[in-house]
Amino acid sequence: MNQVPQPLTPVESNDPITIPKRVAMVRPETRPTLRRREETWVMTFPHLIIREVIMFQVVVIGLALIALLFNAPLEGLANPLETPNPSKAPWYFLGLQELLHYFPPVVAGVVIPGLVVTALVVIPYARINLVAGPLWSGDRKRLTMGITAVVSAFVLLFSAFQCWAIVVPTLIVAAAMFLARSEGNGHPFRRFLSAVTLPEWVMTWFVFVATILTLIGTFFRGPGWSLVWPWNMYPPA
Amino acid sequence: MSSLSLSALSSWVRASAIYRSIIRHGVADTNRNRSLIVFENIFLHVHPVKVREKTLKFSHTYWLGGITLVASLVLIATGILLMFYYHPSVPQAYRDMKELMFVVDNGVFYRNMHRWAAHLMVLGAILHMLRVFYHRAYKPPRQFNWVVGVVLLLITLLLSYTGYLLPWDQLAFWGVSVGTNMAKEAPLIGKPLRFLLLGGNIVSENALLRFYVLHCVVLPAVFLLFLSVHIWRIRKDGGVQGPPEQDAHDEVEP
Repeated sequence: MNQVPQPLTPVESNDPITIPKRVAMVRPETRPTLRRREETWVMTFPHLIIREVIMFQVVVIGLALIALLFNAPLEGLANPLETPNPSKAPWYFLGLQELLHYFPPVVAGVVIPGLVVTALVVIPYARINLVAGPLWSGDRKRLTMGITAVVSAFVLLFSAFQCWAIVVPTLIVAAAMFLARSEGNGHPFRRFLSAVTLPEWVMTWFVFVATILTLIGTFFRGPGWSLVWPWNMYPPA
Repeated sequence: MSSLSLSALSSWVRASAIYRSIIRHGVADTNRNRSLIVFENIFLHVHPVKVREKTLKFSHTYWLGGITLVASLVLIATGILLMFYYHPSVPQAYRDMKELMFVVDNGVFYRNMHRWAAHLMVLGAILHMLRVFYHRAYKPPRQFNWVVGVVLLLITLLLSYTGYLLPWDQLAFWGVSVGTNMAKEAPLIGKPLRFLLLGGNIVSENALLRFYVLHCVVLPAVFLLFLSVHIWRIRKDGGVQGPPEQDAHDEVEP
């Protein structure tokens, strides 16, 4: 028997139980309220609220314990006539203060922080950060040349200022980028490396350099911003 | 005397007209009441009534934003207490530190807590930003919330930095001198900006007063403004975004 298939008729309904299949056209930039996978939902109270309360208590109790055990530093009354050597900014600015040792003040104090803030703000608007796949999935020859060129330029630039605290981390990150070219023997770490995207490499390089600079500025700079061991920072007068 | 038992007292309170005028739902024994707990409460209603189960996993966000938020609440609470004992003048500001440490009941504890919570807030904000970056949680529709987050990070640094001067000890004075000398180098606006910030050409009593007002009034107000936008947009953009999911391109029902 040759049955003619019923023509499809669009049905409008607000009841998902009687008309369970719905068609939705959703543009990629739309809010992600529709998802492919079925997900498990739980009640906010108690599941989320109890976790928030526990997190709140852990942080407050942790801070209270630290406050009981360690006193906040307080030195002598401020004296504009007596400059401590070294005088240091708060820890989160010591990376910048360390840069001040290598570069002219306008570069270390204005240009570099300005570039960092600008770079952070544009992250979600730069296409590369939205579509990037694993670094070496592109044209390998061009990537090799590009990375070599950029890394060499950075190394030459920072070597000219004798800023080894940037040159060495840059070379280490570059070595890791080339190590990521293949999965090697398939070790989990090598597979992890080869999946890293270009934006992640750049951010990791930045965090690495900023951490090294901050650590040097905090623990290894003594009188006259000379390199010292942490235990020699303030030599006896 | 069963009428004096705790549960009887509890039901008596719950049945009273006053209690029912404040808490307008029953105990959390049904999903309806659990929903009412969330959306009848001004502080909880930023949450949806239901959340995706996977967002509860610790590795989804590592709670870094939440930890930063708690640190800022601790800072507001301890900061208000410290304000009762603090005069932003030279040299009284420094004497007040000594008073807090040796005379005021629990003064040293609240000062310590304020200082360590400030470090936690800066560190937490930085780690939260890195977590969001590596999870690619800045992707549409969350682009603008990332920008709000960058502004909040800058305000956090400014809050911490203005607070750094207030004890008026050598550490504070020279730390702020080093920092504001860097600001001086900005072309054109550098020197006027520094003058405006310090109320003079050197770190002085005027600078202490300005930093005090910025630290206790202006920056917290701006911070709370951006913080409300930041948290409200998390809800509007579909909740916290954890690690990227597989085939993020066609998550939508085909």
